[in-house]
Amino acid sequence: MSARNRELIALVPVALLLTAGFAAVFAQENSRLDNVSLVYGAYFFALCLATHVYLRIRLPKADPYLFPLAALLMAFGLVMIYRIDPTLARDQANWFVLGLVLFALTIQFLRDYDVLERYRYTIAVVGLLLLLAPRLPGVGQQVNGAYLGVKIGPLAFQPAEFSKICLVVFLASYLREHREVLIVGARRVIGVTLPPLKHFGPMLVVWGASMFMLVVIRDLGSSLMFFAAFLALLYVATGRFSFVVIGMAMFLIGAWFFASTVPHVHDRVEIWLNPYAHPHKSGYQILQSIFAQADGGLFGKGFAQGLITVPGTNDALLPAAQTDTIYSLIVNELGLFGACGVVLTYLLITARGFKIALLAADGFSKLLATGLTAVFAIQAFVIIGGVTRAIPLTGVTLPFISYGGSSIVANFVLIALLLLVSDRARRESGETEGLGGFALGAR
Amino acid sequence: MNRQIVKLFGLVVVLFAVLVGFTSYWSVFDAHALKEKDANKRPLFEQQQIKRGRILAADGTVIARSVPKGHGAALRYVRRYPEGALYGHPIGYSFIEEGDSEFEQFHNDELVGNESEFSSILDQLSGRSQEGNDVVTNLDPAAQKVALADLEAAGFGAVVAIEPQSGRVKVLASNPPYDPNRVPYELSKLNTNEVERPLFNRATQGQYPPGSTFKVVTAAAGLESGTITPETPIDAPGSLEVEGTPLENDFGISWPGATLDTALTNSVNTWFGQLGQQLGQDTLFEYMERFGFNSTPPIDLPADQVYKSGVFEGEELLGPNDPVDLARVAIGQERLAVTPLQMAEVAAAVANKGKEVKPQIWSRVVDPDGRVTKSLDPSQYSQPISAKTAEELTTAMEGVVSEGTGTNAAIPGVRVAGKTGTAETPGNAACGGGEEENQAWFIGFAPAEDPKIAIAATVECTEEFGNDVAAPIFRDVAETILNGE
Repeated sequence: MSARNRELIALVPVALLLTAGFAAVFAQENSRLDNVSLVYGAYFFALCLATHVYLRIRLPKADPYLFPLAALLMAFGLVMIYRIDPTLARDQANWFVLGLVLFALTIQFLRDYDVLERYRYTIAVVGLLLLLAPRLPGVGQQVNGAYLGVKIGPLAFQPAEFSKICLVVFLASYLREHREVLIVGARRVIGVTLPPLKHFGPMLVVWGASMFMLVVIRDLGSSLMFFAAFLALLYVATGRFSFVVIGMAMFLIGAWFFASTVPHVHDRVEIWLNPYAHPHKSGYQILQSIFAQADGGLFGKGFAQGLITVPGTNDALLPAAQTDTIYSLIVNELGLFGACGVVLTYLLITARGFKIALLAADGFSKLLATGLTAVFAIQAFVIIGGVTRAIPLTGVTLPFISYGGSSIVANFVLIALLLLVSDRARRESGETEGLGGFALGAR
Repeated sequence: MNRQIVKLFGLVVVLFAVLVGFTSYWSVFDAHALKEKDANKRPLFEQQQIKRGRILAADGTVIARSVPKGHGAALRYVRRYPEGALYGHPIGYSFIEEGDSEFEQFHNDELVGNESEFSSILDQLSGRSQEGNDVVTNLDPAAQKVALADLEAAGFGAVVAIEPQSGRVKVLASNPPYDPNRVPYELSKLNTNEVERPLFNRATQGQYPPGSTFKVVTAAAGLESGTITPETPIDAPGSLEVEGTPLENDFGISWPGATLDTALTNSVNTWFGQLGQQLGQDTLFEYMERFGFNSTPPIDLPADQVYKSGVFEGEELLGPNDPVDLARVAIGQERLAVTPLQMAEVAAAVANKGKEVKPQIWSRVVDPDGRVTKSLDPSQYSQPISAKTAEELTTAMEGVVSEGTGTNAAIPGVRVAGKTGTAETPGNAACGGGEEENQAWFIGFAPAEDPKIAIAATVECTEEFGNDVAAPIFRDVAETILNGE
């Protein structure tokens, strides 16, 4: 079976799942089955089908599972958000369409994605400027103490979502060029392999940038996400685990230093360690997040049956249910099993992404696919880890599920880039068959 | 680079496994502990979304029910008490913000339908939403109304009426009452009203000096221990020097060679004071404990809302080895403090041939489909005294009503057995510190030959005697219950 046929077949259950999800929400809210769920399911399927046809024409050999998996998360998110607030779901659906448009445009214009290498410094600068934008007077917006939003006229977005792609492109390109020197020039000092001093500089710059983010945009989550993606790329590019350890130590020292000096970051860590200190104020969100999970149990309470607001009022019982804590709501309503399904979906996307990296022939493609996949996986980890109190809770989005246009559009662009790499890799290796399944093997 | 990519994927698998681990911890392993946290209001809100069962009087009158507000995810149920203040005690209230009390609190699991863990998982899988059970009580609306109306006319106080053979509580009234519907609006006002203390259930929490009603317990101990028989004469002078203070009979009358019937009928203090001294502290305390003194009455109300009866030094209960003025304990004075519920149990035990059945307000639990899932089993009882002692006491107690101090309790055509009590409580701060204040009592049962109801009635801060204010309440409530049979 060809890759595209696999994709087509995989999209059918996704559309059915969305239909069933809406049917369940309608049944719960109106106590009846509603044809509207079929209409929504049909729209969704039509959109996926159009994208599929486009992929069939443009990238016939690209990975068949990535798009259906992204659509699966999207379907999940749409149903959950509809259940929270139908108007938000309408926005989300619009962004889904916009995301697909940008997905198609990326594929259309970056078919020869090597062009990205040529503009890597421009891209890096754009990425950093995007990160800084929320602090610029007039356009910047502060959300819960972190500077993550930008508002220009009616258009509001979170630049960090796009910035992560820019930085991965830059790092992939930079490391492709310098990886040899980094490996060969390494010195062993007291049993620790250190990178050559000359090339230590750029690494320091990246470290400095992520620390800078911590101070300037005050977001521990984004900072962690960027730096972890950087370390992942560094490790894959050089094969030196010691670099990762050094980098990690530097990050921890920096983070510890800033956590004790930058108030907002300090608070986040403090809340993480001691949520019960102020259960109705600063600790409210994380506590309500885990209380919501406690209520879910193994099977959850069912679609639309969890509590988001205090009954009879508009006070939030699960603050930011459509964004930060949407995972907690999923645990609450679909239980541990539903949540495992979500985590598994992210893991499958990660597996496909790394598989693309394995198949890719040239260094840039490999590093690009690795970096994009890593940043995607880490983003999911940072927010799920945040709401489950594994790490401090920060305001990054849950890719494809959380409400928010920037996140959806940026992640569709990310998937588009992965598919571009995949299509080229498979065309060059001449293999399309026999690579099915999710097995990862070093080749 | 491929080797590193595979390792990196391994790391992602580990990280995601950590996420699954944390999620499992919160959602399953630690879930129970999280639900108990004070900061976690979810269990309360969820209870609010459960249709709590109704509480019904014995005749089906709805005492408490839940009405829906809002719909969808905002649906919640609010408790309504159609009868207002009539059943404020002993039913209590149940609201999300204000919490719950009394019967509502004690029977919470049945009312919200908390079944076993297993069946709730089955319900979850089958999508059946949890629904509460109805709890039917033994309360008799007509008698409860009469009791409360009589109390409101007489003063602050309480009435408890128990069916002796089954322990069914038919009346449990406390005056001043409160309307549980008002609790969401004025709980703090109700709580801080130090004069009326409307939330204080005087029937189960009021600890009053029992006065002469306690002579029933002293007499029971005397007969059952063999210290006296109904024929044993004791010379009872008009005044007796006890512990340096004279113990006096009413009007200083002396009763030479009096037997139990005469002594009880005329409530002779010096006769019972001497009997108490003859019994000794061990024996008297033993019989008090047999009747349930010194422990929390086993009624179906939260244990912290039912108080003990006994001889108190401050908050401390005194035992057989503590120094007490035994003669004055024997006539219901000293530091003796009892609840109306405890005195009703004493009357019920005498009425039921010496068997004391657990007093219970609930009668049966009815599930949402109308099936009775549980009903009261009245077979459990203790036996503080023998049937013979009970019979001898009944005879003496009949004399109290037919020709003694409790004639106002008489019901035409019905043999009534009882005992009055008037404990002087001068300078009692709760009564405003007046010098003429009494705690007036009547305990008894009817009909004497085949008791259907045992009642304790008490009025605090009254200048009148047990026969004047408490005995008429007994009569009205007993009549209402007997007429309703």
